[in-house]
Amino acid sequence: MERIARLLANIVGPEYVSTASEERYFYARDPGLMPAHSPDYVVLPQSTKQIQQIIRLANQEKIPVVPMGAGLALTGLVIPLKGGIIVDMKRMNKILEVNEKARYALVEGGTSQGALKSYLERHHPRLRHSVPDAPPTATIAANVSIHGQGRLTQQYGFNSDLVSGLEVVTGTGDVCRIGSCALSGSWFSKGAPMPDLSGMFLGWFGSTGIITKVAVKLYPKKNLRDVEIFVTDRAELVPDIVFEITHTEMAEDILVFTQPKPMMFKDNHHVSFYITGDTEEELEFKRKMIWHALDPFIKSKDGGFMGIPPIMKPVLLESPQRSASRLADVKKGGGFEYSGPIIMLEAYPECMKKLQDLAAKYDLAYSGMVRIIDCGHAAMFAFAFAFNRADADMMERTRNAIKEVSDFVLDIGGLHWKPTVNEQKLAIAHMDPNTRKLMEIIKANLDPNGIMNPGNWEVC
Amino acid sequence: MPKLQFDEKVCETCPTADCLVKCRFIDVDKDQAKAEMLRIARGEDSIVFDSCVTCYACEEYCKRGNHPFYLITEKREEKGLLTAPRAITTQWINIGEPQGKYKVGQIGKKVLSFGYMPELLDMAKGKLFEDLSPSFVFGQEFFCNVVYIHFANTSIIKKRLPMVMENFKKLGVEEVVCLHDECYGSFAHLAPAYGIEVPFKPIHYFDYLYERLQELKEQLRPLNIKVTYQRPCSSRLSSDKHRRVRQIMELIGAELVEREYQDENALCCGGIFAMLYGYDLANEVQTKNIEDMISHGAKYCVFNCPACQNTLGDKVAKKGIIPVHMIDLCKMAIGEKPLPEE
Repeated sequence: MERIARLLANIVGPEYVSTASEERYFYARDPGLMPAHSPDYVVLPQSTKQIQQIIRLANQEKIPVVPMGAGLALTGLVIPLKGGIIVDMKRMNKILEVNEKARYALVEGGTSQGALKSYLERHHPRLRHSVPDAPPTATIAANVSIHGQGRLTQQYGFNSDLVSGLEVVTGTGDVCRIGSCALSGSWFSKGAPMPDLSGMFLGWFGSTGIITKVAVKLYPKKNLRDVEIFVTDRAELVPDIVFEITHTEMAEDILVFTQPKPMMFKDNHHVSFYITGDTEEELEFKRKMIWHALDPFIKSKDGGFMGIPPIMKPVLLESPQRSASRLADVKKGGGFEYSGPIIMLEAYPECMKKLQDLAAKYDLAYSGMVRIIDCGHAAMFAFAFAFNRADADMMERTRNAIKEVSDFVLDIGGLHWKPTVNEQKLAIAHMDPNTRKLMEIIKANLDPNGIMNPGNWEVC
Repeated sequence: MPKLQFDEKVCETCPTADCLVKCRFIDVDKDQAKAEMLRIARGEDSIVFDSCVTCYACEEYCKRGNHPFYLITEKREEKGLLTAPRAITTQWINIGEPQGKYKVGQIGKKVLSFGYMPELLDMAKGKLFEDLSPSFVFGQEFFCNVVYIHFANTSIIKKRLPMVMENFKKLGVEEVVCLHDECYGSFAHLAPAYGIEVPFKPIHYFDYLYERLQELKEQLRPLNIKVTYQRPCSSRLSSDKHRRVRQIMELIGAELVEREYQDENALCCGGIFAMLYGYDLANEVQTKNIEDMISHGAKYCVFNCPACQNTLGDKVAKKGIIPVHMIDLCKMAIGEKPLPEE
């Protein structure tokens, strides 16, 4: 171990390598419920070249390499299941370029969402990126790598759809540029009109390579933003309500939430949507369009707009929202876990029933939260449970509930989002054999020694 | 179960049928108005059920104290005619559900009631309330529940209001100063209409403010501003207290602009209309109301109800009129708060 640590120190400098037990303890786990496993080494590289050298060393020594952003996925995606080297990307946090007219930002692979957000607010106030509802320390590269979603997902798709270029170090140690940046210094397209190679890295959780640079598309930031909440007591109407809102093409973001507490939310489904405008007139026009689109539900008394208390509005307009951290302390003890499958919205009533059944069966505090993806083409349904970390029994009940969701997702034709290793195995088992074969080819060529985040997407 | 004290004969002999004749949402003459009210009383169908938007105004228009709006509400409920979307009704009923999370201060014979309006908690402080503020009640257990007449749901009021009375009774209070006039309307108007015993003397906070301002007369400095007053729906339940608005304004040197939509002709803030009926009715009423305020030169809009202020405050502010609650305005008059600049 000491020899490898010395070799790593030669690459990144001795102060950026650790084999200390307390650091290995920390890097052995994420904030979710997955079992911990210690890495052997933790390194913090500062350049693409250093990452390339680390991967070449790992290939020579057949040591696993696990890239890590902020480690917030909750599903164990950066837990080093077979030990090895954790590559903590946080030192690679530079914002390299913002192109205002082509509306993209190029950042290093460890740059956080919060850093880009504040940089844009300071230097490019008319631009913004799709901020996920995760802590601001979440990194942009990790988020696109897990097909994360953000505030602009309803308008433009998964955050990974908003990538406009990648630089990666493959599992073989090759540095590779993906998209327009492969031919020029511009990062405006991740593929089109050429073959789009980004799919060999996005969604693979670092098991084919490490993203060292990522360009993301930026979008107009309007002066004004507001939120409205439409409420219904019929789960089966939620897909219709969302369909009508998305048909107007007026909403920035659409979320649906259902939770039994506080009392004002009990027994109803809440479709919240955000509108933006540069002027009051623009904002009011959008508001009016959406309200009118939902008039039939109001007339039939199947739904209506709630008055949002002034105390609640600033909370709803936060970006990112801190609601998950509030849910995490419902049971006191700060535990929160969710399974967020990607579904077709028509499965909303089934998912909601399943969530409520599981909460009753395992006696858990719950919240159901849906983010609409890409004009209603899909939705992320978060089966969220709060637990007390000091209560082992409650944690086990939460694990069991989440496990049941895993099986349920495939039954309803959904896809696991940021799947646990077990969910990945389930997906592989259910997959079309030729699809799996194609994944095998990709994996075998990009990571021939199987050192990249082993345990994840083990198709070979 | 408490029963509404409504007398059909009072309607039969009514010389004006103002309840519906004056209604701005229903277009009927005196004869039809009478006929419609009698139909409603007999449990028959009526055009009123389709057209009434629950503004409460008919409770004020009826000078014979026969409670036309409560009757309309009762009959709507009997017939299962919803005014609000079900989910909205459920939400409001859940909000008012007693949960044992109420707050009481050092209870004396006289208490301040915040009802279940958290906005009022910080407002009722300072010189205006200094002797009274330690003695207060707040929470669903002391919430008047009147709002459910908007939702055609008197059952919940009849179930909960006697429990609220019981809670007050346990405290042994003799006088309750209601900081929300919906509470006052409930205790002084709706409860007697249903024969529910009120074990204390309800005091409208306008009466309290008027007296208190007179006690602090030496500290009063005329505000010299032009104001308009946003009258809330619940004020229709205690219209005898509405005169206090003018009296308080005179006392603090605020000029109440004379405009079309004031006093009996006042327009609702539109908050309930939006929830019950959607965008158009609320927008129409709000636009008319604000344009009227502007065209008559109002610089400040004085609110009585925090819910009205939540609904309309931003909208008037965007048009250059400063929203301010009545209590805050009085604090400005005694120099306890700075007057926001126009």
